[in-house]
Amino acid sequence: MPHDANSQASAREQPHTGEQPSVAVLISMGRHPLTGRARRADQDARAVEMALSLSDAQPSLLHAGHFDHDSEAALRAYLGMGFDALELIEQEPGADVISALSDRLREAAPQLVLTGARAETGEGSGLLPYLLADALGWPIVTSLASIECIEQGEATLLQALPRGQRRRLRVRLPAIVTVDSSAPAARQSAFGPARRGVFERVAHASVQDAAFAEWDVQPARKRPKRLKIVKATSARDRFKAAAAKAEGGGGQVLADVTPEQGAEAIFKLLQEEGVLR
Amino acid sequence: MKSGVMSDDLRRDPRQEWIARNRLHPDHQRVLAELGKGAASAEWLGPQGLMRKNPHRVGFIGPHGLKRIDRSGAQQAATASNARQRGAAADTRQSIDIETPAFLVAVVPDMSGGRLSSQDRDLLGLARQLADADPERPGAVLAVLFGEHKEDTLGEAGIDRLLHLEGDKFAGYAPEARLAALMAVERQWAPGHWLLPDSALGGADLGRRLAARIGERPATGVWQLNVNESADTDNAGSSQGWQCLARGAAGTRDIQRPLPRVVLALAECAEPVSETRHAARPVELSQALPETLGRIRDMGAVAVDPAGVALAEAEFILSAGNGVKDWEGYHRAAEMLQATKGASRVAVDDGFMPRDRQVGATGTWVTARVYVAVGISGAIQHLQGIQSCDKVVAINFDGGCDMVKRADLAVLGDSSQTLAALVALVERYRQQQQESRDAA
Repeated sequence: MPHDANSQASAREQPHTGEQPSVAVLISMGRHPLTGRARRADQDARAVEMALSLSDAQPSLLHAGHFDHDSEAALRAYLGMGFDALELIEQEPGADVISALSDRLREAAPQLVLTGARAETGEGSGLLPYLLADALGWPIVTSLASIECIEQGEATLLQALPRGQRRRLRVRLPAIVTVDSSAPAARQSAFGPARRGVFERVAHASVQDAAFAEWDVQPARKRPKRLKIVKATSARDRFKAAAAKAEGGGGQVLADVTPEQGAEAIFKLLQEEGVLR
Repeated sequence: MKSGVMSDDLRRDPRQEWIARNRLHPDHQRVLAELGKGAASAEWLGPQGLMRKNPHRVGFIGPHGLKRIDRSGAQQAATASNARQRGAAADTRQSIDIETPAFLVAVVPDMSGGRLSSQDRDLLGLARQLADADPERPGAVLAVLFGEHKEDTLGEAGIDRLLHLEGDKFAGYAPEARLAALMAVERQWAPGHWLLPDSALGGADLGRRLAARIGERPATGVWQLNVNESADTDNAGSSQGWQCLARGAAGTRDIQRPLPRVVLALAECAEPVSETRHAARPVELSQALPETLGRIRDMGAVAVDPAGVALAEAEFILSAGNGVKDWEGYHRAAEMLQATKGASRVAVDDGFMPRDRQVGATGTWVTARVYVAVGISGAIQHLQGIQSCDKVVAINFDGGCDMVKRADLAVLGDSSQTLAALVALVERYRQQQQESRDAA
């Protein structure tokens, strides 16, 4: 994802006004992993879905980037999720959109900005939300599973941890939050609203991303599998490594113990590992 | 001779040696005892200066009741009391202590569960590549650890300097406090490189925060590092000479680019360190960390239904097999422990558990941190399925089965009684927790 170097923090936080929290969703053009066709980006669509699931919020869509036939089709797929309009900051191809987005967000001052964790085209480093947060001086929370409630200038969020676990966080608004694949799947895009939706264009000068243009970008090649390296000094060791069956490696065996003693030992191990909650 | 044949000064008493060799001599036992070791006298320096071995005293009884002799020398080294010999056999790795490093490579491992993950070890291997590239200017690897950890062999993973930051403010999800600490490291040492694992909610989050704060454009998803041949030779080894290959665009593109200062690397980006041991010298921050304004508050973990967690990514699995007779007790135990349920093929075939709970070659390959196998003998297909489990606990009647050999902790006995006792313990523990929470 494009990126800018001058990330000076400017914390111009807006006081919370009104009951309805204003929510902006940053959307990008996606790319189908198999066909390579333009589509709505999966994680961004999940972010839109999450914004729509907030009962009292009025989400708005914001996109910055090059506008052509492909990206129009992709952006209309977002409109088909139930929007009348979409704010579009048109940029030249290969432009760095950080400054455009941060200027626009500073102006619009939404309470909450939702977006996908990373883009499906370009560098896709997932850095854009962090740079925006740094430029705006807002907190950022990643990998959201759901938004529980927004009240008194604070949002209560459920963060998805690896292994299906969840964590509750409370973050001061305004904030940027990103969703990844653990968020609920996005609804289908309807054709009619997608056709009827309009693009509200906002002008902003585009800044070229010079560094990205210099890099060599290729289709991903398959990563080599790591070989099992046997560091053996003698033939016997090499043979043993090649023919070895997994043998007991220093495990503790409790024989002739009462069930209570055995349970005590297991309980201790479970506590040490921290799996008992 | 009193000091033994294999002592450092080679002074010998031929008569004592002769008695030690002669098993029929009336003083044989006494002399052996004087030499200090019955087992060690299996090998001695003969009168002609050759090493002699007594085959009756070496070896062990093999699995078929036959005596086997291990000629690799490993066994003798294990029983020999010569300290010099034992030290050499135990560890041949070179130990390295870098006094004045030319530069630092900072690594922030995830330490999930308080241990270095395999990705952390790979990352430390990558850091060593960067640090050791130029033997004229050796760099040191600085590891920044947050909170408690259970590792005692950090030096063997390739760490030269260790900054261990403890405190409540780093507990849980505290990206702001951690970032403040990393910024203090940046100000104090200005590391040549920052390496973090590109893993969800660990280094991926912290690394991007760090990069945004120090204004460096990081390389994310790095999986290969190579020296740039086209760069001029005096630059090789410094950061200008390095190129990295990184995944981009949601894993569909490879980006070849010069290596930046901040690197977020994928798993298996390099080989872990195995041939050297490093000093892991503790270092301290010179200034106290500033108080950070906490805008993100961690309200703690939320209880999730363990049955809803996919078996492949469950953290804690209670798995049942043919040895389980009391199924109600097993289900109760799983609920009480809040463990995800798994099963062996036999338990599934017999209809006690649904098919989607099967662990093993035909079922799911699990990655649990703790895997408790109840009444599972451990067929090779099942053991394959639990290869990547961290800790395996076996509750089994049969002490000779493969699962007991694989397990880190095996309890031999009746599984239903052991489970019932465990449930009682956990119940008491939960009650205590509840009481302390109510009191607070």
